[in-house]
Amino acid sequence: MIFDVCQSLAGSLHGLLLAQNEASSLRFFPESASTLAPHTDALFWTLVLICSAVAIGIAIFLVYFLIRYRASSSADRSTPPGTILWVELTWMIIPLMIFIIIFLWSAGLYFFMKRPPKGNALDVYVVGKQWMWKFQHPTGQREIDELHVPVNKTVRLMITSEDVIHSLFIPDFRVKQDAVPGRYTSSWFTGTKPGKYHIFCAEYCGLNHSYMGGWIFVMSPEDYANWLQKNTVAESMSSAGAKLFMRMGCSGCHLSGGKLAPALNDLYGNMVVLADNSRTIANYQYIRDSILLPQKQIVAGYSAIMPTFAGLLKEQELTQLIEYIKSLSADQKGRLNERSY
Amino acid sequence: MNDHTSAGRVDYLNNGYGLKSWLTTTDHKRIAVLYLISITLFFVLGGVFATLIRIHLISPRGVLFGPSIYNRMFSMHGIIMVWFFLIPSIPTVFGNFLLPLMIGARDLAFPRLNLASWYIYVVGGLITIVMAILGGVDTGWTFYTPFSSMFSNSYVLLTAAGVFIVGFSSIFTGINFIVTTHTMRAPGMTWFRLPLFVWSNYATALILVLATPVLAVVLLLIAAERGLGIGIFDPSLGGDPLLFQHLFWFYSHPAVYIMILPGMGVVSEVITAFSHRSVFGYSFVAFASMAIALIGFFVWGHHMFVAGMSMYAGLVFSLLSYLVAVPSAVKVFNWTATLYKGRINFEAPFIYSIGFIGLFTMGGMTGLFLAALPVDVHVTDTYFIVAHFHYIMVGGMVMAYMAALHFWWPKMTGRMYNRPLAVIAALTIFLGFNLTFFPQFILGYLGMPRRYATYSPEFQMLNVLSSAGASILAVGYVMPLLYLFWSLAKGKSAGQNPWDARGLEWEFADSPPIPDNFARTPVISWHAYPYDRPALTIGQEDLFDSTLKPESPDARH
Repeated sequence: MIFDVCQSLAGSLHGLLLAQNEASSLRFFPESASTLAPHTDALFWTLVLICSAVAIGIAIFLVYFLIRYRASSSADRSTPPGTILWVELTWMIIPLMIFIIIFLWSAGLYFFMKRPPKGNALDVYVVGKQWMWKFQHPTGQREIDELHVPVNKTVRLMITSEDVIHSLFIPDFRVKQDAVPGRYTSSWFTGTKPGKYHIFCAEYCGLNHSYMGGWIFVMSPEDYANWLQKNTVAESMSSAGAKLFMRMGCSGCHLSGGKLAPALNDLYGNMVVLADNSRTIANYQYIRDSILLPQKQIVAGYSAIMPTFAGLLKEQELTQLIEYIKSLSADQKGRLNERSY
Repeated sequence: MNDHTSAGRVDYLNNGYGLKSWLTTTDHKRIAVLYLISITLFFVLGGVFATLIRIHLISPRGVLFGPSIYNRMFSMHGIIMVWFFLIPSIPTVFGNFLLPLMIGARDLAFPRLNLASWYIYVVGGLITIVMAILGGVDTGWTFYTPFSSMFSNSYVLLTAAGVFIVGFSSIFTGINFIVTTHTMRAPGMTWFRLPLFVWSNYATALILVLATPVLAVVLLLIAAERGLGIGIFDPSLGGDPLLFQHLFWFYSHPAVYIMILPGMGVVSEVITAFSHRSVFGYSFVAFASMAIALIGFFVWGHHMFVAGMSMYAGLVFSLLSYLVAVPSAVKVFNWTATLYKGRINFEAPFIYSIGFIGLFTMGGMTGLFLAALPVDVHVTDTYFIVAHFHYIMVGGMVMAYMAALHFWWPKMTGRMYNRPLAVIAALTIFLGFNLTFFPQFILGYLGMPRRYATYSPEFQMLNVLSSAGASILAVGYVMPLLYLFWSLAKGKSAGQNPWDARGLEWEFADSPPIPDNFARTPVISWHAYPYDRPALTIGQEDLFDSTLKPESPDARH
């Protein structure tokens, strides 16, 4: 009973948001709906101000000269200057200084947007495919062209593609990241306003590129709990991964106590020593490459006996395996830096 | 104006009339005319695609085509405009025509190579037209892998072949310009007496020769990937699709400067001619061209900020992109300062050049937004980018091309066009351009991605505005086509130097020039833009040594 009421409430809220979106069809500026958006906008508006000031300055000089020195005027034209060194240096050095200040500001903000804030975050796995976005939550829920997330909670995205390059673009969050086949790229956002926001594909990906997209629903904690409850699934990603681990025969070697193949406990996020004595951190990309291109990086002390699983695993199964291996680590962050979580 | 234009004189135009006399010519001026005709055809073709795109986007669902055709439209618009119009435009038409005239030479260093470059251009162009007739290509002009190498079902190989071939025409032109500038200058024409148009074409030629081979390599790799499946860009074979982007932009970012540098050279010539004084800061404008050519090779990564490149690489490319903006800014400031104490005549070429300064400044400044990493993340691959590069390419380069066409038309044809009509056309193009592309900045920040055959309804109003502007722009472009043609038949004789400009092409060569350019090799004893003395005319050459002041006031050099 209560459940039904909640559902109809959520439904009408949903309808209200839709109506709002339609009413505001005359927009000139995107909504500011993430923690990042006001920062990007501040930089944007500062650039607008600086550039407008300079452009107006140039325009004033231009128009003044055009009027004053038109052929029919009797203005003084004696000794037009050729080169004035200090003038040249001034208009080289001042723009350069402005550029460096803007660069430092934008570099600082870039660090902020590349590193998700520390603390509790929701991980979402994103797979781009001609012409849809597939999302998977660690708890097992799968969505296509829709993503439901709670408000004020950091959502980390691990993005890849099944075919060509796509780009996940959420204008109202000022977030964009390409989905590249064969590698994981990452991004994050924290939605600040409940609502419904566009997802676009921003990298041209073929025939139905302009149809590839959908909506992100940023929900109040109650609505989100409600949504989760409605969409419970039997199996989390890591338990699906554990089953795959058995079914694909990974367990035969990797559960041999380190005899045939390295044990995977506490692998994720930690340093791995390779056969050529180089070191690498076991992040998503490392685990993915180890499954698909096992000859690429051989762990020190083991022989290269692992067969490739390329073509046998779908992108979503790969992420399930990774999520399973991740669950074997006590510390799920380890030494991972911002690009490899 | 003088009696050298009297009937019976042999000039490069009436020196043989048959088709054969044109198709076998090695006269740089005739080759320039051949190029003028061919790139105009491609400009019209690319313009037709642009018009269809803008009509299609009037409604969110699209009014003309399905996505399959639409994708081919914007791909072919880009490919034709970039490789068959923008890159060859000013160098092959005005560079070809003017470089020997400006430095006091009888022709380019390799006249047959010059003709060969036109034939190669034509072969590449014909392949591209065949490709369009067979069904076109849908990869965009950027050919991103793995879409182009493994997924596209269109004529990728044929398109790549056309672009590959036309690249050699660029390389030939580049080699010719470099050698000509080094070895063919008339006595007294030192490097720092060269017109700035020569400097900018020289810088362009360096990029053409150094960058175009990389394009050839990357197109061959696409062909090998598509035809043989070598896997260099295929992740399932251990390849890397981002490698393609690095290689492609290593060529294509310098190519952006191939497109704009010659336009900057034109503006330097036109601004000085119509403000009737020497350019302000000659050596700074000249070295700015060289600096742009050099730094332009190290900024390609700014096309890839969201592509999955390392964060630290992003920072380096962002900083370098700010650096390359400095020499461009220096040019704009020097042009503006050149107006100071000038004697300004508002003729069509000058209005186009002032339009260039305004629109190029706008395009350059929005480039500062794109170099700012977090802003780029939001607006890259949206209409903000489309607006930005059209401000540079169409607002900048095409305006400069029109300025050049109107400035040197009397020299090339011996005829003057309808000047008031030309001023009206220039203003129409400026207005139509801004109405077309300014709304796209707003559209981009609002979030409309580029290369969309259909779009969300909230983007409609700005799209309609843009399409309305495009119709004004189209009218603006059709006007010169008409009155310039008309001038060929009915235009008044222009005379040797209708603008009272300085420079060897105006002072020592007739309109149109004789086949050998000059009756006597000029000897130069003055700086570029000697507006402090009266213009010389043919027959006066003996005067300059004894009676004229040798140097312009810009005596620093």
